[in-house]
Amino acid sequence: MSAIYIARANEVAARSLDGEMMIMSARDSTLFTLNPVGTTIWQSADGKTSLEEIVTQKVCAEFEVDPEEALKDAESFVNDLAGHGIVVVSDVPISLAKPMLGGA
Amino acid sequence: MGRLATAAGQEVIIEIGCMPVQVRSESSEFLQMIAERYSGFLNPNARPVFELNVDLVAPGRITEEEDLSVRFESGRWLIERGDLRAEWEPASRRGRIMQSPNPYSIDAALRIIHSLILAHEGGLLVHAASAVRNGKAFLFAGVSGAGKTTISRLAPPDVTLLTDEISYLQRNGHGYVAHGTPFAGELARVGENVQAPLAALYLLQKGPENAIEPVRASEAARMLLENVLFFAHDPKLVSLVFESACELVSNVPVYRLTFFPDERIWEWIA
Repeated sequence: MSAIYIARANEVAARSLDGEMMIMSARDSTLFTLNPVGTTIWQSADGKTSLEEIVTQKVCAEFEVDPEEALKDAESFVNDLAGHGIVVVSDVPISLAKPMLGGA
Repeated sequence: MGRLATAAGQEVIIEIGCMPVQVRSESSEFLQMIAERYSGFLNPNARPVFELNVDLVAPGRITEEEDLSVRFESGRWLIERGDLRAEWEPASRRGRIMQSPNPYSIDAALRIIHSLILAHEGGLLVHAASAVRNGKAFLFAGVSGAGKTTISRLAPPDVTLLTDEISYLQRNGHGYVAHGTPFAGELARVGENVQAPLAALYLLQKGPENAIEPVRASEAARMLLENVLFFAHDPKLVSLVFESACELVSNVPVYRLTFFPDERIWEWIA
């Protein structure tokens, strides 16, 4: 399976309230409240680190989760966010210098 | 009366949220209707923050838009609904409304324009009742049926009702000021034109007995956003409103207020 890279989209508003990450899509006003694992993935979505690396190096280090199960859940999670334009997803590292692949 | 004759027609100045708006029309009958509708909110001596010219047309469909459409194009906000077409240019602080001689279309336009201005100042228009007691304002937010009208109707004489439908919140340093509005709901009674610092936001729900419990900030923001009047599908505006809601719940206590609908609930609000 090829690597997945994710980056936070430009048209989103995000804020941490009492330790919970709230994200609103400026495109369709959908509001997400991320759980701690989701927050870790969101905060690591720099476009350069693959999702697998994020899961193994960050998620599995911080939470007691099965790596394989966690990666599967993470893929589902980022696809959901991408569907609302919250993140962009690519199979190559995402550079700000070139256009990102749309997630929707 | 708050009405002045001018060379170009006549005008009234409606001041909501300390924001005087000059409304002009060639029709003295229309202005008379507006003056009566907003009688508690007229301030003929105020210097207008912006001007609205009302062009009256015969009753009937004005635009093809079925639903409300609010969009920003070429430096102007365009507001369209079946019964009105309005333009408002923030830079020149001038606008124009095309509508038939009725009080509802301009009321909708005023709500929208105020919401757009407030969004840029960190304030919000909220689907909520609000009231002042002992110099402090309390906001009661909830969807239709949650009890906004009921709690307003149950208010004792020492409570001043700001609105039973649309609350007007203006940012003031780290806090907020709640203003009375003429935007009435089922109570069909306009609010008092007074203001007070916002002391608490209550998320309303009816129940078998009275109870107050604090609400987590993230849940409070989510509930507040569900009740913010939010007309334009504009990314910048969405971000501003989101930030404003998050700021409010971070600076103002938020509680879930479950209430049995009788006057005893007001013993809990002070």
